[in-house]
Amino acid sequence: MTLMRINGVDEEIAATTVAELLVARGVDPAARFLAIAVNGAVVRRAEWPSKELLPGDTVEIVRPLQGG
Amino acid sequence: MADPFVIAGTTLKSRLFVGTAGYPNQQVLLDCLEASGAEIVTVSIRRISLEGYAESLVDLLGGRYRLLPNTAGCATVRDAVLTAELAREALDTIWLKLELIGDRETLYPDVEQLVRAAEELVRKGFMVLPYCNEDPVTCQKLADVGCAAVMPLGSLIGSGMGIANPAAIELICARSPVPVVLDAGIGTASDAALAMELGCDAVLANTAIAKSHDPLRMAAAMRAGVEGGRLARLAGRIPKRRFAEPSSPQLGLVGT
Repeated sequence: MTLMRINGVDEEIAATTVAELLVARGVDPAARFLAIAVNGAVVRRAEWPSKELLPGDTVEIVRPLQGG
Repeated sequence: MADPFVIAGTTLKSRLFVGTAGYPNQQVLLDCLEASGAEIVTVSIRRISLEGYAESLVDLLGGRYRLLPNTAGCATVRDAVLTAELAREALDTIWLKLELIGDRETLYPDVEQLVRAAEELVRKGFMVLPYCNEDPVTCQKLADVGCAAVMPLGSLIGSGMGIANPAAIELICARSPVPVVLDAGIGTASDAALAMELGCDAVLANTAIAKSHDPLRMAAAMRAGVEGGRLARLAGRIPKRRFAEPSSPQLGLVGT
């Protein structure tokens, strides 16, 4: 288990990569319009399977929503 | 009558941008976008709910409209730049409505940080459309750092107060080297028409449509307002006079 901050909440997650994190949280990694940043830097979709997550990482998972 | 609008190298038919927030339901939003004739619609970038992810309505809009992501709510250069980069990744677009808010109550832009963020994002390859104060100096600075347009506020976001300082908006339009999109404060169609008559290249409306008693009708009204205002701007208004000027012939009056 790895302690990370995901979308503003500290969580213990059994995941070592970004792609594993998505699956662990029930998010389909193939879903359109998702974007992810780790420690303030965007991780391109192609890198999700290989991008390693480390204890203490801060992860942002976002998508477009209604806005003005 | 052809009157194309070129912004960021893209030619558009519609001079109305429409926001996608706050509609009674998704069908009303879709119908309003259709009725407005808008080609550019704004969206926000937000954390997903990890409790139940599902495709949102916005996911459906991508094929039909050019999505303009915003950085609404960001209060620092760092957050705005990261949100912009996430938006670029999520939507595969370099277009960005840059918002950098300096005050939570009025949602006034933080001009100092806005210019810095704009400069950084232009350097990173974004087409930056900044929401900004209705101030010619700020607008000039934003154009100078390479913004594709400027988006001065008519009045406070969501206030429906219309164009509080028409003289400033007219001055910005007269001097701006980049397109001017009136953003924020539009309350009804005549506000949009006035913006266009003052020389704005386009108008962005959201709350005025979404929160209207009849959003669909207001979307159509907003479209007509923008089109009417643009035509009037191109035609040119007559000078204002202090006294009456008869419009009917003075010769041949009955009883003379």
